[in-house]
Amino acid sequence: MSLQHYLIVSAILFVISMAGIFVNRRNVLVVLMSLELMLLAVNTNLIAFSKYLNDVQGQVFVFFILTVAAAEAAIGLAILVVLFRNKKTLEVKEINELEG
Amino acid sequence: MIISPELFQQIIFYTFATFTVGSAMAVVSVKNTIFSALFLVLCFFNTAVLWLLIEAEFLAITLVLVYVGAVMVLFLFVVMMLDVKQAKASQLKQSYTKAALLIAAAMLVELMVLFAYKLSGQLPTNELVRQEQGYSNVTELGMELFTKYVYPFEIAAVILLVAIVAAIMLTMRKREGNKQMDASKQININPAERLRVVSMKAEKAEGRSQGEES
Repeated sequence: MSLQHYLIVSAILFVISMAGIFVNRRNVLVVLMSLELMLLAVNTNLIAFSKYLNDVQGQVFVFFILTVAAAEAAIGLAILVVLFRNKKTLEVKEINELEG
Repeated sequence: MIISPELFQQIIFYTFATFTVGSAMAVVSVKNTIFSALFLVLCFFNTAVLWLLIEAEFLAITLVLVYVGAVMVLFLFVVMMLDVKQAKASQLKQSYTKAALLIAAAMLVELMVLFAYKLSGQLPTNELVRQEQGYSNVTELGMELFTKYVYPFEIAAVILLVAIVAAIMLTMRKREGNKQMDASKQININPAERLRVVSMKAEKAEGRSQGEES
């Protein structure tokens, strides 16, 4: 197993989640899940580099990214719940207006 | 037949990498939102195995505990609570899907070219340095985290606190007709606001029936 194997796996994961964000017009929840998947790809990259360069800093950063991603997921889901209460829908197509 | 350790590692890597990519594809393409949440859980488990394979044990366990244990449970709660309408057809059958897949494929090709040719001289090509038996990944990570990165660690704790407060404040709502008491309102009440003394002339009732009418 060389570094390239891990890089390629995480690149594929990243591209899949990016395509998921583009394609998805149905549900904001799935967009959030794709974002989590993207962060997972980035974390895999960081861990692989950290291990193959023998430097523990990359793993420390993954730790912080996990923390911030958990906070982001909690706040994002709270916003979605409020949005659903007001709009009665979560479809990306129908959430297209901002009011000041 | 005895499998050599290298071959065994490769078998594990390719198996779990395939599962990771496959479940990631399922996350973005299945119709039911609950299924995509569950496939995301599968993807996290498989990625944790990949992380274990390069000896990042602490983060692999953290991924399972924090993501599968907390974040995905939160996702499933929200998916089931919100009662989202199901899509009729799979979302991959739409007009702009081709454009999106084209962009994604182009980006994948670019990344592959980057790893294979452009950066091949700069990437480390060595095999992973396997640590000796008494090595502890948690100790190494903890030493770094609690000395050099202690301020970011505290800030991360504050960020989590802010997230808790923000999530509670966003989703809290006052129901109509809630009979909840407001203590400060009760204490601050002024007797003059509650009791109104009206001066009026004394009336004299003429008969019993008229008094009942008024």
